[in-house]
Amino acid sequence: MIERLGRRTVDAIKVVGRFGHFMRDVARAVPDVAVWGRLTLLQMRRVGVDSLPVALFIAAFTGVVLALQASYTFTGTVPLYFVGTLVGKTMMLELGPVLVGLALAGRVGASMAAELGTMKVTEQVDALETLAYDPYSFLVLPRVLAGTTMFPVIAALAMVTGILTGWLASLVLLDLSTQEFLKGLKLFYRFKDTWYGLFKSASFGFTITLVGCIVGLRTRGGAEGVGLGTTRAVVYSAVLLLVLDAFWALVLLR
Amino acid sequence: MIRFQDVHKSFGAKSVLAGFTLAVEDRETVVIIGYSGTGKSVALKHVVGLLQPDAGDVIVDGRAVSTLQRDALTALRREIGFVFQFAALFDSMTVFDNLALGLRRRDLSEDEIAERVREALALVDLTGAEESYPAELSGGMRKRVGIARAIALRPRYLLYDEPTTGLDPVTSAVIDQLMVRAREHLGVTGIVVTHDMRSAYTVGDRIAMLYDGKIRQVGTVAQIQETEDPVVRQFIEGRPA
Repeated sequence: MIERLGRRTVDAIKVVGRFGHFMRDVARAVPDVAVWGRLTLLQMRRVGVDSLPVALFIAAFTGVVLALQASYTFTGTVPLYFVGTLVGKTMMLELGPVLVGLALAGRVGASMAAELGTMKVTEQVDALETLAYDPYSFLVLPRVLAGTTMFPVIAALAMVTGILTGWLASLVLLDLSTQEFLKGLKLFYRFKDTWYGLFKSASFGFTITLVGCIVGLRTRGGAEGVGLGTTRAVVYSAVLLLVLDAFWALVLLR
Repeated sequence: MIRFQDVHKSFGAKSVLAGFTLAVEDRETVVIIGYSGTGKSVALKHVVGLLQPDAGDVIVDGRAVSTLQRDALTALRREIGFVFQFAALFDSMTVFDNLALGLRRRDLSEDEIAERVREALALVDLTGAEESYPAELSGGMRKRVGIARAIALRPRYLLYDEPTTGLDPVTSAVIDQLMVRAREHLGVTGIVVTHDMRSAYTVGDRIAMLYDGKIRQVGTVAQIQETEDPVVRQFIEGRPA
């Protein structure tokens, strides 16, 4: 029992140490702008533009559902223009960033872990090093920067889409006027709602891409290792994303 | 000159190299032979700092590889071309970009890079393959692109990790010719890791057998062919134990 506890403690310390080493290597790669600059633009396209359809699809349906659920809850007790309040607040503060984050943890995080994992087990990462490239500036920095900058952009578009579909649902399905919806939307709006959601998205983008890269570059053992790594990246990203969500609420909303 | 100096390397409880010592003189090609899983590739990866020794070191032109700082290690790697066992070509890039990638780390114009790529592909008889992707190439062609990628850098040292493994005899012979051609044209110092004896006899100036983590015997091709060491004899004749 004590032996097992000791082993787990040592393992946990090793994980922290490895993470520290990884972050040190990422920091060391920062001056190598000539390498990561051009590749970051490419990754921004992959992370941003290619992820947009799935993010907007999720946001569109979330907006409609939010409007309908708000009306179901408020009917007979609260004025219906509060539907606009609930749709706006929820899309900006929570569902926009979190749902998009979870969807992209599956799409972006998994694809990065699989891509880097395959490169690792087929010695492409070693080949990069022998060609005098630093894998952290060639592979990691472009992905992490792209995730950190593009997630807020995707989340912003998702927020707008969710609010638009919530408004359309209110008009068509709830007999709410545009004026009433807008009145509710503006009622408790604060600029903090927007920046909080976008900042949270940036932190999710950073975390998801970092986890994808760490897991990918630590892949061992062929196709099975790549499969395991991909699954691990999605699970770790999703868990960390939810923990981070609670953390930011605690730190920034109290 | 490359010197492996009493290199020890273990993975967990498994000791792979246990006092591996070998000197490779300038402009010669040394072939390291040995059974599968005896640490030949591990030894090779120590030369470019892809692996760190537990004890001992590899000395390249007076530089102890494991003690080199980042920039010095990068500078060393610019002098070395490495041909990987399965070529390790970048799947998402064309053959041209695979070759050009390493050249873009040097102060060369795009015209010079294109010229070097063309020359290297001509040397491996793959002129015209510039726009192909690795997935469109056969195993032998991939290996030749891997060699071209290393040659294009015009390195002082060329390291080959199992260059003929998994290839048919004719393609293996073509790869052997390429290695000889690379040595003659570029005058590079080479280390070839293989268990293909025909290849070893063709490309090697000297042959070293790795056994139980250290060098069992090293000598010229003739010396190895006439050896009386039972372990080396058994290996070169391919006799079961």
